[in-house]
Amino acid sequence: MDLNLSTDQRSFLSTTTQFVEKTMSLADVRALADAHGTFDKAWWAEGAELGWTAFLVPEESGGGSVSGEGLLDLAMVAEQLGKTVSPAPLLPTNTVIAGLVNSTSGPDHSAELEALVAGESTGAWAVYEPGQQFNPSAPTTFARRSGEGYVLDGAKDRVEAAELTDLFLVTAMTDEGLTQFLVPSGTAGVSVIGSSSLDVVRHFGEVAFDGVELPASAVLGTAGQAAADIERQWQVALVLQTAETVGVLNKVFEFTVQWAFDRYTFGRPLASYQALKHRFADNKTWIEASAAISLAAARAVQSNSPDAPKLVSAAKSYVGSKAPEIVQDCIQMHGGIGVTWEHDLHMYLRRVTVNRALFGTPEEHRRRIAELLIAERESA
Amino acid sequence: MTASVVSEDLDTYRLRAREWLAANMPKQQVVEELVAEGDDDEQWLRARELQAILFKGGFAGICYPREYGGQGLAPEYQKVFTEESAGYEMPILLNVPTLSICAPVILDMGSEEQKLEYLPKVLSGEIVLVQFLSEPSGGSDLAGLITRAERDGDVFMLNGAKTWSTSAYAADYGLCLARTDSTVPKHRGLTMFLLKTDLPGITMRRITQVNGSTEFCEEFFDDVVVPASQVVGEVNNGWAVASRQLFWERTAVGGGSPYVSGSGNRNAAEGELDLIGVAEETGQLADVRVLELIGESYAMHEVQDNLIARVTAAITADQLPGPAASIIRLFHAETDQRDDDIGLAIAGGAAVTGKVGVRGPGEMGTRYLMRQGASLGGGSTEMSRNIISERVLGMPREYAADRDVPFNQVKRSR
Ligand SMILES: Cc1cc2nc3c(=O)[nH]c(=O)nc-3n(C[C@H](O)[C@H](O)[C@H](O)COP(=O)(O)OP(=O)(O)OC[C@H]3O[C@@H](n4cnc5c(N)ncnc54)[C@H](O)[C@@H]3O)c2cc1C
Repeated sequence: MDLNLSTDQRSFLSTTTQFVEKTMSLADVRALADAHGTFDKAWWAEGAELGWTAFLVPEESGGGSVSGEGLLDLAMVAEQLGKTVSPAPLLPTNTVIAGLVNSTSGPDHSAELEALVAGESTGAWAVYEPGQQFNPSAPTTFARRSGEGYVLDGAKDRVEAAELTDLFLVTAMTDEGLTQFLVPSGTAGVSVIGSSSLDVVRHFGEVAFDGVELPASAVLGTAGQAAADIERQWQVALVLQTAETVGVLNKVFEFTVQWAFDRYTFGRPLASYQALKHRFADNKTWIEASAAISLAAARAVQSNSPDAPKLVSAAKSYVGSKAPEIVQDCIQMHGGIGVTWEHDLHMYLRRVTVNRALFGTPEEHRRRIAELLIAERESA
Repeated sequence: MTASVVSEDLDTYRLRAREWLAANMPKQQVVEELVAEGDDDEQWLRARELQAILFKGGFAGICYPREYGGQGLAPEYQKVFTEESAGYEMPILLNVPTLSICAPVILDMGSEEQKLEYLPKVLSGEIVLVQFLSEPSGGSDLAGLITRAERDGDVFMLNGAKTWSTSAYAADYGLCLARTDSTVPKHRGLTMFLLKTDLPGITMRRITQVNGSTEFCEEFFDDVVVPASQVVGEVNNGWAVASRQLFWERTAVGGGSPYVSGSGNRNAAEGELDLIGVAEETGQLADVRVLELIGESYAMHEVQDNLIARVTAAITADQLPGPAASIIRLFHAETDQRDDDIGLAIAGGAAVTGKVGVRGPGEMGTRYLMRQGASLGGGSTEMSRNIISERVLGMPREYAADRDVPFNQVKRSR
């Protein structure tokens, strides 16, 4: 998080924090976990009322931000929600919103946008395909032309909160090329089944599209021209994902440092052993580094900087790989209690492990950076 | 204070800097063979000349106060000037330690006379400064040093030895910490001197590093007579001055100094680490493992740049305590090490045989030999970790057998 928040941002943040403490504290999240539950839609609508769905949306479309830099405000929310491992569909819904806002051509989708902003519906980007790594520009899901509209066939998985999603944004191939469609979950031929998830409160699902008939107005933007919107959605998803991870890290580090002061062995606190102090110093350094790069990525995406693709990938590569390492080290410093269900640590470990894996692994992002650098060099 | 001038806005400043650089500074030459950094006198004469040009043009000491020969501008202006100076030959050798560690200590801790006398000469390239801190008996336990200075009226008599002093042979003065009272606990009997390097009784010897560089020096002091006017700060309160020096050292080594001008390596010959070039030369640009390593290195550097900005801003705004400078110092070492490992991994066999010691893949082996340099110079990373855990996180201090013990009763290395 930015260390220099404005007064408006601070007051917004404290409203969000209070709301989370009252309605979705870590204890609430753990109760959900025990009951195999996740968020409920009425709760999400209250979050939307606080602004969680408005920040990427221009004022004339019913949105608005706190600071004038909506993605930075949203990243702040993601970081805050990470501290309690919240199941909120902040990332999937705002990723769909980002696509809707980014695409300026094509059919009118203001009604869908309005419903998402109001919290009346939730969205999810259906982009992963079974058996494949993250590869948004080469879907096998296909929409063939049929009369005025399309017929969509294929399957997607790793779709966040799929069973509760009202509106899927689906990447597909068409004869025109790479295209995205907005598909309401109730459309005939759409079926959703839940998948198992390492994160006990953040659920995922598989979505099958079986001869789904779609009107031409279901296209987002222009058919065949989806690449720019997809890149933007990917960037927004990564910014929110890394910001959330930074929130997790800050929380885990805070209670682990406290533990080191409180836990005594051989008549002295853990915090007095150099072998452990040095690891705390490393972890502190890596957490500050994670916060710095995740904010830099958010700024670059917010301002549409030409460096945004490299910066979000740098953020994902760094934060994605460091976070599980840091949390595992915190588990080690807790001792045996750290690997029990009873302790909260695993809730956080689950979240950072899931965040490491989705929307491209750190390894995939390193490759992407190198490819971007080589392309730059060749064109120079 | 001189009358404050209304500073121009950044864009105007940038344009003026751009024009001035084009008209006055020589373009950087790319040299193909590897020349060890700062090894010969010519490089230093050249650096002094370039600094003098900057000074005359009003672009030296951009963040130093005007009354001491600087420009009195905020760090953003220095950043702009550094950006604009890319591609020009800059006096990079003077950045560390002269401009970013030693001169700031004089600025923060020196007397008014010392500031007026030395700072303008430093900024005009007339004086080069170095650090005489580490001793053969140890560097980490700096306050446990044994070089002594005994007062004799208006002078001090200096005896002992210093070592690992980077580029001392090219310097005019060194900030030299010495013991002036050994009957009190170690921190309370130290004094900092601004020591002229060519005083009678000083013998200097160059040390060869594993990569062949000979810029390291060691100095032996035999009855060197040092005027009392060269004391920086107060007699027996040298630890306060040294602490400030260590702060500036961590900041400089971490990459966060506002007093550094120009970027890149210390001379044109070293060049930036070009991993893509190495991959290309060894025919591995399509290798996924190699691409991942290239991307990892780029990401580390992006993280480092943003970490530096975050931590230095937070220290300035009191959101983090001063010792947090150790965070960027530690991260610098980690980035540097990782780059050396990655360079070696990509270059493979070409790092160790064939064209070893020239730019390209053969450079990776030589770099690797100095891998730990960045983790030792500027205070070891173990010290950084002690500082971060103790003075940023507030964890208990390490047990010290010499705490509150008069220095002359403390046990020392065998
Ligand atoms: C590239 C480079 C440039 C340098 N430039 C200068 C210079 O210009 N001027 C100058 O004065 N010095 C300079 N130095 C010296 C440098 O500051 C010292 O090498 C450093 O402080 C370590 O001191 P030492 O070498 O005596 O090792 P020691 O202090 O003997 O330490 C040996 C090892 O033990 C570890 N250690 C020591 N005490 C502890 C402890 N309490 N807890 C945990 N670990 C511990 C150290 O981290 C180190 O790994 C430079 C060194 C290098 C490599």
